Amino acid sequence: MAALSAPAERPAALALRGVTKRFGDVVALDDVSLDVRAGTVHALLGENGAGKSTLMRVAFGLLAPDGGSISLAGVPCTPPFTPRDAMARGLGMVHQHFSLVAAMTVAENVALGAAGRYDAAKVASTVRAIGDRTGLVLDPAARVGDLPVSAQQRCEIVKALARDVRVLILDEPTAVLAPDEAQALLRWVRAFADSDPSHAVVLITHKLRDALAVADDITVLRRGVRVAHGPVAQFTEASLADAMLGPGERSSRVDAEVREAHTPRAPAADQAREGRDVLHAHQVVIRDTEGITRVRDASFTVHAGEIVGLAAVEGSGQHALLRAMAGLLPVAAGRLQSPTDVAFVPEDRHRDALLLDASLTENLALRDAGRRSGQLPWRTLAERTTALLSARDVRAAGATAIARTLSGGNQQKFVLARALDDAPSALIVENPTRGLDFRATAAVHDALRAARDAGLAVLVYSSDLDEVLAVADRVLALHDGVVHEVARERDTVGRAMLGVVSDASIANTERVTFATRTPSPGASA
Amino acid sequence: MITPLDDFLAATVRTATPLALAALGECLTERSGVINIGLEGAIICGAFGATVAAGTVAATAGGALGLTAGFVIGAAAGAVIALLFALFTVWWRADQIITGTAITLFSLGLTGLLYKTVYGATGVGLTLPTLDAWAIPGLSALPVIGRALFAQPLITYALYLFVPWLAWWFARTHAGLALRATGESPDAALAAGVSPRRVQLLATVAGGTLAGLAGATLVLAQSGTFVEGMSAGKGFIAIAIVVLGRWSPRGVAAAALLFGGASALQYLFQSLGWTGVPYQLFLALPYVLTLLVLARASARSRAPAALARRELTLS
Amino acid sequence: MSATHQASWVGAVQRLALLVGGTVFALVLLLLVTGHDPSVALRALVRGAVGSWYAFTSATLVRAIPLALTGLCVALAFRAGLLNIGAEGQLLMGAAASAAVLGTVGASLGALALPLALLTGVAAGAAWAGVAALLRQRFGVLEVISTIMLNFVALYTVGWLVRGPLQEPTGIYPQSASLPKAVQLPLLWTGTRLHVGLVLAVLLAIGLWWWQRSTASGFRLRAVGQNPHASATIGRINVARVSVLAFLASGALAGLAGAVELTGVTFALYENLSPGYGYTAIAVALLARLHPLGVLGTAALFGALQAGGNAMQRDAAVPIALVNVVEALLILLVIAGDRLTAARSARA
Repeated sequence: MAALSAPAERPAALALRGVTKRFGDVVALDDVSLDVRAGTVHALLGENGAGKSTLMRVAFGLLAPDGGSISLAGVPCTPPFTPRDAMARGLGMVHQHFSLVAAMTVAENVALGAAGRYDAAKVASTVRAIGDRTGLVLDPAARVGDLPVSAQQRCEIVKALARDVRVLILDEPTAVLAPDEAQALLRWVRAFADSDPSHAVVLITHKLRDALAVADDITVLRRGVRVAHGPVAQFTEASLADAMLGPGERSSRVDAEVREAHTPRAPAADQAREGRDVLHAHQVVIRDTEGITRVRDASFTVHAGEIVGLAAVEGSGQHALLRAMAGLLPVAAGRLQSPTDVAFVPEDRHRDALLLDASLTENLALRDAGRRSGQLPWRTLAERTTALLSARDVRAAGATAIARTLSGGNQQKFVLARALDDAPSALIVENPTRGLDFRATAAVHDALRAARDAGLAVLVYSSDLDEVLAVADRVLALHDGVVHEVARERDTVGRAMLGVVSDASIANTERVTFATRTPSPGASA
Repeated sequence: MITPLDDFLAATVRTATPLALAALGECLTERSGVINIGLEGAIICGAFGATVAAGTVAATAGGALGLTAGFVIGAAAGAVIALLFALFTVWWRADQIITGTAITLFSLGLTGLLYKTVYGATGVGLTLPTLDAWAIPGLSALPVIGRALFAQPLITYALYLFVPWLAWWFARTHAGLALRATGESPDAALAAGVSPRRVQLLATVAGGTLAGLAGATLVLAQSGTFVEGMSAGKGFIAIAIVVLGRWSPRGVAAAALLFGGASALQYLFQSLGWTGVPYQLFLALPYVLTLLVLARASARSRAPAALARRELTLS
Repeated sequence: MSATHQASWVGAVQRLALLVGGTVFALVLLLLVTGHDPSVALRALVRGAVGSWYAFTSATLVRAIPLALTGLCVALAFRAGLLNIGAEGQLLMGAAASAAVLGTVGASLGALALPLALLTGVAAGAAWAGVAALLRQRFGVLEVISTIMLNFVALYTVGWLVRGPLQEPTGIYPQSASLPKAVQLPLLWTGTRLHVGLVLAVLLAIGLWWWQRSTASGFRLRAVGQNPHASATIGRINVARVSVLAFLASGALAGLAGAVELTGVTFALYENLSPGYGYTAIAVALLARLHPLGVLGTAALFGALQAGGNAMQRDAAVPIALVNVVEALLILLVIAGDRLTAARSARA
């Protein structure tokens, strides 16, 4: 690693000292320090909610710390320190949820934030020059909303580079990418750090694999506290997992998750074959409410007693497919079979699943409220809510608690519990653990498996491929509106998400639904 | 010879002028993600401010200074009302539509109250200087459009320059980029170092200033006097004009002309001697037209993505 | 449950006290600014509003009836997430339609004429709101703008009717012929002007309260108003249908207000039939936090304010517009108060 040879006197590209940040009574960051050496890639590792993003938002001037100091290349950053100041001093940040204006062009997005006249031609040539220099090629006149996710990410990085950024913070950059795209990005990150002694990258991630693959140094946060830091050579996958999750958690939880992800599912899947078809799609075509064709060809079956995972990069048509399977969107062509009691858990719980300012009882009443008539049995509903809270371990003040007052994890547990409340025969979930910490994630996964074991047909979409692999018995890959069933294998699924499907990688198709399915050895070659 | 058509076209441009001013202001505000339903309030306050200032100053310092004072104070009154609206909506993130409605009711009531307080119940003693049309030599002699376009008050000519300038400003300045970005994605704007609050505050106040000018124009260049409730829904029509004009300055100007034409039809039909048609039909026409136009335009047009959003930033 | 109920009662009383306090404060402030003697003006206001049984029933309560009905209209729509600012126009069309029915076939119907007139008003109000509902659902037209435009169109329609088809026989005055006694709403108390519209308003408020609270369809209305996305996704509610029906029901209430006003108070159709009840209704509904029973209270408050405002204009030469300013200020105060409370609870 080139970084080790960097002169020791060179000040840290970015240094945080004793940073503390509170939100109300919650201590989000407690006396956290971080040294990003010039010329290196520094992985900031931790579970969701560990404080990684908060720390970097402090570094970038988006949040004012309650204590501690920040310095860039040895020069302290004095408050008020704003993103504008950060960028002026060569620090750039690419957020997990991109900060791009979809309706504007690449060039306009790149130019945003400057002053005076906007010279489109000049910015376009800057964009092209950066493309030539770094390999991040983009059409300056393209509308950002029309670009695929990977190109939007390039646009974010180019935006930073156009401001002459030398220290780049990337927040979970691989989360939205297919595995091959993620590999390419990590290679680029390495090259960027190596290309100039003043460059450095902070890689915020919860993926051990990414950190170990590319970083020179690693800092681990757990619940707002720095629990481990040092050069990458000091760590192993196991020691990092211990640090991230805390003593005791790993042995039971992570191992179970990791084992799940890597166990062939032949027995379970075979069992499922015995189960009846619950969800069934045959050459289905779906148009969204604006009439745009989102799914061109989907043929698959989900049986009772199995979890089928759906893998896809953002914008492949999964949004429409899941809603059609849940009976919320009509199909334009083909045949779709879905039971009337199918339960659906949408990814955006605030927008699509909860009445945030209503009580939990009213939120329970919301389930299938369109099919009710007459008076609502409020007393019964309240009792059922109370029972559900205790049965599913939802932490809330009671049935009368307002949904908004619950933590994200408990909101999601409630949403899932509500979906399972009156024993549906099928469950469709979309990014069920987005924004949840490790514990809540594990609880959601357990609930999905319990639902499967109770005989439900479960269809899970997650934008995180590892989550799909962890919970699914079988895997469907969706690319550009076409569904293929593929072997439950990281590389194979990853390629299928990008539309690369060889005959060998197809596990089975509609034509051979009951064929014996074994992971094809050719697929991983 | 001046034909009824010449009169109609001239009346179209004359009626369109305050509508265009207010709609351009609203366009500016909406591109930043704020829908100012209180525009009507800014117009009526602008009209009243212009009335008081022009009347008072003209009485001592002459008509020209009175007019200047009228337009300046009218614009300022619109700005103040928009600032009040921004305090609630941009600062406290209160619901833009409910606040805007309240601001409109407040302004209509307040101007009515102050008018009666200052000028008594009948408005006797209210004399105002007026901004008369000034025909541009040569151009105003052009056939058909000459009188319509080039025999108008100065404020109309100012609009001819303002519309292309605003379009240029949206597209070719970084401030314009920041404004549009705020209206589309305040998060993106914030991440790029733009303060969405600041942008929305300035855009709302600027929009209110233009609406105040529109009110001043109603008084000083058209009716020559103040009447309670004289804004008569023009603020709401202006909002419809923005939709029809698809949030672009040139489109907004063209849409304003269409509405000016609808209002001017009554003069045309009067001069043609069509007395059989009830005049209420003509009075109602701009409002009906607004409804029809909105039905046509709303479905097809795309508003700024963050328009009327309460949470400023999502993350 | 009983604890929260108690808390909501205490909250309601506190709010009412705050409202009355805010009203008095705003009144005094505006009176001072406009150079009136607050003690004289306020005395006139109180006398006009509640100074006597006659004033209370025939001025305050008589005004409270259309305010309550239009307040219920606005509260219902807002509860469903529909910003119906068109109660004024819906009220006028309701009044116009009843006047038309009574003026044409009314005499031949005997005892049926009055109920038919009320129902026609209801239908006309719903239809007028239906235009905005259609524009919203079919074309995505912002209902705030369409309902305001429809208010103007309604006003000019009435203007035309009272000078054209519905003008009184002599053709001198811009108004319809006066209604005969038989088709006027019965009085509640002889010697006052208080008519049975009050009973209608109270019953409707109680009915709406029960319906929203207890029934599945009432719950759907609230759910759609709170979060149409979740209502569609989790509730499998036909959001468009609920919205349109709510809009129609809302318009129906305002239409009824118009018919009641015509048959209970004015007995003739003319342009200034409503002194802006439909706009005051927004304040009535918002200040009641959209609660149907609360609407009865705020309607009475604003009825008193308007009755007192008239007395103030008559006896103390204070423009009635002052009352409108107070109403708007109260809306702004409530919005500001809500925002500040929200900010404080977010910080806690």
